[in-house]
Amino acid sequence: MKLTTKLLAATAMVSASAASAVELEVTHWWTSGGEAAAVSEFAAAWNATGNTWVDGAIAGSGGTARPIIISRILGGDPMGATQLNHGRQAEELIEAGLMLDLTDVAEAGNWADIVNPSSLLEGCTLDGKIYCVPVNIHSFQWMWLSHQAFADAGLDVPTNWDEFTASADALEAAGKVPLAMGQQGWQQNGAFGVMAVAIAGQDAWLAVNADKNADVAAGPEYAKVFEAAVAARAMAANTNVQDWNQATNMVITGEAGAQIMGDWAQGEFSVAGSVAGTDYTCLPGLGVNEILDTGGDAFYFPVNDDPEITAAQKELAALLISPEVQVSFNLAKGSLPVRGDIDMSTANDCMQKGLEILAAGNVLPSGDQNLSADTTTQIEDLMAEFWSGDMSAADAQTRYAALIASAD
Amino acid sequence: MSVVEDRSLQGAAGAKRPIRLFRNPMAKIASIPMILTAMVVFVGGTLWTVVHSFSGSKLLPRLNWVGFDQYERLWETPRWLISISNLALYGICSLILTLTIGFVLAALLDRKIRGEGVFRTIFLYPFALSFVVTGIAWQWILNPDFGLQNLVREWGWESFVFNPLNDPDTVMFGLLIAGIWQGSGLIMCIMLAGLRGIDEDIWKAARVDGIGTVKTYIRIVIPMMRPVFITSLVLIASGIIKLYDLVVAQTNGGPGISSEVPAKYVIEYMFRAQNLGQGFAASTMMLVSVVIILIPWAYLEFGKGMRIMHFLGMIALVLLTLAGFVAVVVAWSFSLSLLLPLVGFLICAGALTAYLRFVKGHIQHG
Amino acid sequence: MADIAMTGPRGPKPKKRFSRTNIFLYGTLIMISMYYLLPLYVMIVTSLKGMPEIRLGNVFGPPLEITYEPWVKAWSEACTGVNCDGLSRGFWNSVNILIPSVVLSIAIASVNGYALSNWKFKGSEVFFTILILGAFIPYQTMIYPIVIMLREIGLMGDLGGLVLVHSVFGMPILTLLFRNYFTSVPEELFKAARVDGAGFWRIYFQIMLPMALPIFVVAVILQVTGIWNDFLFGVIYTKPATYPMTVQLNNIVNSVQGVKEYNVNMAATLLTGLVPLVIYFLSGKLFVRGIAAGAVKG
Repeated sequence: MKLTTKLLAATAMVSASAASAVELEVTHWWTSGGEAAAVSEFAAAWNATGNTWVDGAIAGSGGTARPIIISRILGGDPMGATQLNHGRQAEELIEAGLMLDLTDVAEAGNWADIVNPSSLLEGCTLDGKIYCVPVNIHSFQWMWLSHQAFADAGLDVPTNWDEFTASADALEAAGKVPLAMGQQGWQQNGAFGVMAVAIAGQDAWLAVNADKNADVAAGPEYAKVFEAAVAARAMAANTNVQDWNQATNMVITGEAGAQIMGDWAQGEFSVAGSVAGTDYTCLPGLGVNEILDTGGDAFYFPVNDDPEITAAQKELAALLISPEVQVSFNLAKGSLPVRGDIDMSTANDCMQKGLEILAAGNVLPSGDQNLSADTTTQIEDLMAEFWSGDMSAADAQTRYAALIASAD
Repeated sequence: MSVVEDRSLQGAAGAKRPIRLFRNPMAKIASIPMILTAMVVFVGGTLWTVVHSFSGSKLLPRLNWVGFDQYERLWETPRWLISISNLALYGICSLILTLTIGFVLAALLDRKIRGEGVFRTIFLYPFALSFVVTGIAWQWILNPDFGLQNLVREWGWESFVFNPLNDPDTVMFGLLIAGIWQGSGLIMCIMLAGLRGIDEDIWKAARVDGIGTVKTYIRIVIPMMRPVFITSLVLIASGIIKLYDLVVAQTNGGPGISSEVPAKYVIEYMFRAQNLGQGFAASTMMLVSVVIILIPWAYLEFGKGMRIMHFLGMIALVLLTLAGFVAVVVAWSFSLSLLLPLVGFLICAGALTAYLRFVKGHIQHG
Repeated sequence: MADIAMTGPRGPKPKKRFSRTNIFLYGTLIMISMYYLLPLYVMIVTSLKGMPEIRLGNVFGPPLEITYEPWVKAWSEACTGVNCDGLSRGFWNSVNILIPSVVLSIAIASVNGYALSNWKFKGSEVFFTILILGAFIPYQTMIYPIVIMLREIGLMGDLGGLVLVHSVFGMPILTLLFRNYFTSVPEELFKAARVDGAGFWRIYFQIMLPMALPIFVVAVILQVTGIWNDFLFGVIYTKPATYPMTVQLNNIVNSVQGVKEYNVNMAATLLTGLVPLVIYFLSGKLFVRGIAAGAVKG
C-alpha cells in the first residue's frame, strides 16, 4: 500500500502531472439514512473525477469520532480529509501545523465572495489563512408545532412564543405534553439558547456568547430567560424520552404541542410523510425575531508529505464547494448550502423560509464559533441538572453567570 | 530442598530462599513481555497522564503548566461529586451481588445437573452482547409505558409502579439490574472452574464428618477458593471503575445528571469538551482511589506474616516515595525546579529501603 | 490434595430424581434463567418485527407478522457512510484481528501466570502489582500515549500494532487468572517434575498446560468476547480497509440522526454476538475434558 503510493508519487514527479488517480480516505460521522445519502453525493462526485473515495464512516460525533480522528493525525498516519465542526474545534490542530493551508484553493475559487454568510469562512480562517471547507449550514433556531395537538385542544396554531405559552394549560387539559424535550443536556441547552435569542434579544445573546460578559448573563434580560425556562420546564415535565428524534415523534403524532429543535428535525417529518403548513408549522426564532444561527459542518485536510495526495486534497476541497455538489448534497442532507448563488428551488417550505432569512442576512454566529467545547459542556451539564430537577431560576442563573465568567 | 522452595504460595515466603539474578533465566526471559507492559505501557502511560493533568491541555496534549487548577475545578464541579457517590453505591451493590449470584449459580451447576451446558450458556450469553444494546434492551424492559410496569398492570395489578430509570433516586438500581445481568455469567464460569479444581476427597471427608452441604461450602470450599475469589473481585472491581458504555446506552447520565459516573466524566471532558487536562485530572483521581482500595488486597496477598502496623508503615512510605517520584517527573517535564521534589523523593526512598530491611529482619527473627 | 482422578462436577450428588432438593434446585435454576433470558426474548421478537409494529409499543408482544428483513438488512444492506453492505463487510476483518490477538494474549498471559506462581523472582510481585493496577485504568485515557508509542515503533495503523494493544490490555486480568489457577494446582506435581530434572518449559507444556484447560476456557471466553466486541482500538489503531465489524455495528446502532431502526439494531447485535456465543457453547465440553486431561497426567 505504502509502496504503491510512493511509486505513484515518483511517477507523478517524472510526468509532472497532477491528474492521476488517487485514493483519498475520508473520515466523517454521517451514518444515518439521509446523511449517508448526502455523503454518497460527495463520493460519487469525487469518484467521477477519476479518483477514489475511501470511506471511513464512524457514527457519533463528539465522544466517538473525535478521539479517532485526532489519534490518526497524531500518529503520523492521517486520513486524506476529515469532517469536523467548524469554529474553534480545530484551532489547535492548525496551530500545531497539522492541517493543510487551503488559501490558494480558496482564492482560485473566490470563496470570499461566494460563501454566505461570511462568518462561515471566518470560522475556517486563522491568521488570514483558510484551513477548511464549509459544506452546509444547520441552525438550531426552530420551533416545530403539531397542528393535530392544537386541533385536539381546540386551539389555533400559535404564531409566536407568547401565544404558545398562553396555550400550554389548554394543551395540558387535552392530555398533551405542551413542549416535547429530549432529556439530554445538548437539547436542553440548545432550546435555552433559542429562548435567549428570542426573549433576551440578539444583543444580550451576543454579549454573553461572543463577549463572555458575565454581567449580562447575571442581568435582568437573562433573568427573564431563566424565568421562561422554568415555565418551559413545567411544560416539558411529562416528556419521558431521551433522544431528540423521539421527542420530534411526539410532535409528529400529535402527542406533544411543540418542540424546539434544529432544522435536522425536518428529516423526521418528511420520513413520517408530514407536510409543512398542513400537518406541522416551523417557526424560526420562536416567531419573535426571525433569525438563524449558522452552525454546520466543514472538512479539514491533514498535512501529508506526499505531494500527490496534497494535490488531490486541494482538488477535493474545491469540489466540495462547487455549485452542483452543494445543491445535491444539501438537498439530500436537508441542510442549507454555504453559497447564496445557487438554485435551491426544489427545497421544501421550511428550507425556503430558512433560505430567505439567510438571504436577508439575519444571522448569528453559531455557539461552536463562540464558546469553547469545554464551556459548552459545562453549560450543558448545568442545563441537564436544571431541566430535570427543581433548581430555581435564580440559582441556575448564578451558576450560569459563573460559567460564562470563567469561559475561555 | 531448594527445589521445593522455588515454589512459594505466598509472596512474603520469598524471603526464605536465596535469589540470584541468573537463577531460572528462562522464567525471567519469559516474563519480559509482562515487565515491558507493566513498566512501559502502564507506568509510562500513567505518568504521561498524571504529568498532563497539571497542564492546560485542551484538544492536543501540551505541556503548559497550570499547577493544581484542574484539580481545584474538578472538586468544585457538582457533576464529579455526584459521579463519585453514584459509583460508590453501584460498586458496593454490584460487587456483593455479582459475587453472590456468581457463586450460587456455579454451586448449583456443580451439583450434577442435567443440562448443565444449557444453563451455563444461558447465564453466560449476556456477556457476549455489546453494552450498547444491553442498555437499549433494558431501557425498554424498564420503560414504564411499554415494559414490565405496563405488563404487570395489564395482568390486573393496576397500581404497580416500577420505573427506576426515570427517578433520580433509583436510577442507579436500574443500571445495576442490567450490569449484573451482563457480568455475573463470567464470574459464575470462573467460580465453576474453581469448584472443579476442588478435590472430591474434601466432599467425602465432609460427608463422613456429617457436615451439611451449605456448611461445607461456607466453611471449607470458599476458603479453599480464595484465589478464585480474588480473581473475580479484581475482574468485577475493574469493570465497575470503567463503567461507561452501559450508562451511555441506558440512561446517558440522566435523568439530569443523576446517573453520571467518573469514567464518563473523564471521557466526555477529554473528547467532547476537548479539555484533556481536566479529563486527565479526573482519571488521576480515579487511579489514586484504586491504589488506596487495593491496599487491603496487597496486605492479604503479600503481607502475610507481617505485623499490620509494619505493613501500614511500609505502605505509607511506598506511597510517599511514589508521590515523590511523580513530583520529580512532573517537575522535570515542565522544567520547574527539581531540587525540592528530588530531595523529597530521595529521603522517602532511603527511608523505605531502611524500613524494608528492618521489617525483613523482623520477620526472620520473629 | 494430589488425587484428582475424577471427571465432571465435584459437588455432592443429589440422590433421587424427584427429591425435594431436586425440585428446589431446578426450580431455582429455571427462575434465574428467566431473568437472563428475558432481554434475549425482547431482542429476538423486536428483531422480527417491522418498524410500524415497534412504534405500537408492547416490547413483550410476539410479532404479529414475522419479518426477516431486519436481519437481512443488518447483515448485508445497512449503510455506513457510502458503503451499504452491512455487517458482512467487517466480518473477516474481525476474524483476522481476533485469532492472532486471542492466541498471543493467552500465550503470554499463561506463561506469565505460570512464572509468577511457580518461578517467582526478585521484583516479580512488584511487576505483577503494577499489572493489576493497569486493569483499573479506563482505556480511553491511554489512547494518546499508546498512539505515541505505536508511532515510535512504527506499528501505527498496522494489524500487528492492534494485536499488540489487545495483548497488552488483556494481560492484567489474564495473568491474574492463570497465576491464581496455577497457585491452586497441587504442589507435589511441580516438586516431582523438578526432581525428575524437568525445566521451565517442559513443566509448563507437559504438566501445567493440560491441567489448566478449564481456566483456558475462561480465558478464551474473556478474550474472544473482549476482542470481538472491541470497537475503540479496532478503529483507532487500524485503517478503513481493516475495520472490524463492530465499526459497522456502532454505525448502525449509534447513528445520531434519522429514525432509529430498533429491529435492525437488535438483529445486528445478535448477529455480532453469534461468534462469542458459538464459542461459549462449544467450550462447555472442554470444561469437563480439562479435568480428565489433568487426571491422566497427575
